[in-house]
Amino acid sequence: MPMQHVDGENKGKLVLYALSTCGWCKKTRMLLEESGTEYEYIYVDLLEDDELKEIVEQIKKWNPSLSFPTLVVNDEIAIVGFKEDEIRRVIK
Amino acid sequence: MIPNVKDDEVDAFYEKLKKQAESVGYHLNPDVKFTKELLRSILINEKRYGYGACPCRLASGEKTEDRDIICPCDYRDPDLDEYGTCYCGLYVSGEILKGKKLTSIPERRPSPEERASVEKSVEAPSVLKFPVWRCKVCGYLCARDKPPESCPICKVSKERFERFI
Repeated sequence: MPMQHVDGENKGKLVLYALSTCGWCKKTRMLLEESGTEYEYIYVDLLEDDELKEIVEQIKKWNPSLSFPTLVVNDEIAIVGFKEDEIRRVIK
Repeated sequence: MIPNVKDDEVDAFYEKLKKQAESVGYHLNPDVKFTKELLRSILINEKRYGYGACPCRLASGEKTEDRDIICPCDYRDPDLDEYGTCYCGLYVSGEILKGKKLTSIPERRPSPEERASVEKSVEAPSVLKFPVWRCKVCGYLCARDKPPESCPICKVSKERFERFI
């Protein structure tokens, strides 16, 4: 699976489902990177065929409306959209 | 892979769209860097899908399925009314323009299942001389045999009109 890994301080397991073209997804990545947080991300619009289907099903479990960004924290909760305050609480 | 879009293409698109939006009472996000990134993304989508799909939603690659999310999308005006911004933060209200903080908003687009079920509306019997067509983007109405080539208000293409009466 082509998850991209970004090195940084471990603040829990963070998986970001994003689109390469989306402005709020970019803002989410910037927030994570400015804080030096370790995380993984995947650009769903760059996937094709089976890989796309598989990831879409994964995202729907967390966010049935399949919107972006979806940030899954510790396999427990999903933060949908660029909710700056919620994301900051996770990475403080 | 992602098609290449040159800076001068983005700049030209920005100038054209800003002028057009302002002329009919819409506003682009005053954060020019953010706005130009979104416009670059729309141009990327035009190149890779053949239509300017919303950059903040996952496009299907099928134009007929994605007509509602070709920018400006069918959800822009209700989102501007309720949140002062479109889903992407490309179009904003006068309040946001004056400096109110902008953030991401909930998705208004129905799920694929919901979209499939509302598509068929019953055609009302009409005694009018002409059918009335409605622009799904801005609500413009006109009574004529066919919808216009492009909406005279918001400039979207003919295919974004629905039969209203």
